[in-house]
Amino acid sequence: MSGDVAVLGAGMHPWGKWGRSFVEYGTAAARAALADAGVGWRDVDAVVGADTVRGGYPGYVAGATFARALGWQGARVSSVYAACASGAQAIATARAQILAGLADVVLVVGADAAPKGFFAPAGGDRPDDPDWLRFRLLGATNPAYFALYARRRMAVYGDTPEDFALVKVKNAAAGALNPHARYRTPVTPDEVAASPVVADPLRLLDICATSDGGAALVLSSMAYARVHGVGEPVRVRAVSTVTPTYPRAVLDLPDIATDSAAGAAPAPPFREAIATAAYEEAGIGPGDLSLAEVYDLSTALELEWYEDLGLCGRGEAAKLLREGATALGGRVPVNASGGLASFGEAVPAQAIAQVCELTWQLRGTAGPRQVPGARAGITANQGLFGHGSAVVAVR
Amino acid sequence: MTRARTPAVAGWFTDAPGGFRLLGTRCSACSAVFFPPEGAFCRNPDCAGGGELLEVPLSGRGRVWSYTDGRYRPPAPYVSDPSVPWEPYTLVAVELAAEAMVVLGQAAPGVGVADLAVGMEVELVPGVLHEDADTTWTTWHWRPVTS
Repeated sequence: MSGDVAVLGAGMHPWGKWGRSFVEYGTAAARAALADAGVGWRDVDAVVGADTVRGGYPGYVAGATFARALGWQGARVSSVYAACASGAQAIATARAQILAGLADVVLVVGADAAPKGFFAPAGGDRPDDPDWLRFRLLGATNPAYFALYARRRMAVYGDTPEDFALVKVKNAAAGALNPHARYRTPVTPDEVAASPVVADPLRLLDICATSDGGAALVLSSMAYARVHGVGEPVRVRAVSTVTPTYPRAVLDLPDIATDSAAGAAPAPPFREAIATAAYEEAGIGPGDLSLAEVYDLSTALELEWYEDLGLCGRGEAAKLLREGATALGGRVPVNASGGLASFGEAVPAQAIAQVCELTWQLRGTAGPRQVPGARAGITANQGLFGHGSAVVAVR
Repeated sequence: MTRARTPAVAGWFTDAPGGFRLLGTRCSACSAVFFPPEGAFCRNPDCAGGGELLEVPLSGRGRVWSYTDGRYRPPAPYVSDPSVPWEPYTLVAVELAAEAMVVLGQAAPGVGVADLAVGMEVELVPGVLHEDADTTWTTWHWRPVTS
């Protein structure tokens, strides 16, 4: 298809709490991706960075920081901020430049050194900021929202805490096979049940950690890939960057209330709209997927994604999980990488890391966690403040 | 010494005659209602524009959409005394039928997750967010309807 771009290279810095600068993680990931692609740094036409906060500097930086670290060579540069969707929007920016003929080869990099514990808004009195207000007035942390969704699923669909724990058990089993993952130890249902409650009904092991990490991709035009000797590259076929549709009727981070749906036609839920846009652009449907990488900020949220991606009907996610369909070896493995359960959040890197995993899976080089014969995959995530994010890759 | 009672956020609720109510705004052009009150612009993409955003009290009762609690101390700007052992608060998301919207709030003191169920009727009551030397910072709470 004319809209395809090639994934020539993928690279990561392992996730963890390493105590170093995001520049180090991103540069390591970039070098790994360039080596994987067999592309020299001086051959890169453009660098797109997924932004993070630079310590000591009140701003978001990335693209030029990585370009400098790799050695100034005059490449075109962009930096992209979209919270958790930053990585996907960096991929979208790179893809647009390639498809517009502005660049043949683009390096996409995201990395972060995350704070410990709950994410919190920047300091100062900022009553105009909804993110500041939800902490100030309600103490509503991110896990509190995940717990509201989890409790709602229990009430409406009959999901149980044991179902949620099974998501962790499944993802930890996959993560144990991934050398880039932070947590590489299998987890049992009893261990989830024995972990402390953070926000009822969710426990510590239901919620992903914050981590350091970095991920990078080398993307190119299909023509460049051919000349480069890669005839059948993994291809990015769609990047969904949609916003929600008014009235947004599901309470979402970091809002204190939904839109009023009185007298208005209900809009499709946002997460579902993200997937729909990706499928439409890629010209495929959920039945074509070999695997999916989704943002499992909490175990219960992963179940939500099964339904949003159309892997099953509303309310059927726990059943799909219990059948083993979404585990390695199942019909459509979800989070074959181990997911955020095994990685933790390194915000600007994670959406790029999801595409790294698809790349390795679609090449058939994912080792012991390989999904046999993988031909198509989707990533899904959601950036705070209304940034949709899904990438479809095929081979 | 009596502390001054001051809303923790200005213009979001009123204790005027008629009861304690959350305050939203309604667009005079398209009737869309917003909470927190939207003062600058109507966010309905189909609104022709040109309307005024007029203050409107929201329903004082609704039904529980979901609920949870906070077992760990949240970070600033939530105000809590780190020298005092953490007491979990309860959060309730409440569906207001007339407005067809969900509004989040803390539950009244003493209301825990064991006291709540999805679909249960709750009512809005005045509450205290925290107190310092001079000021009692007021907020809204949700409480199960007992009568």
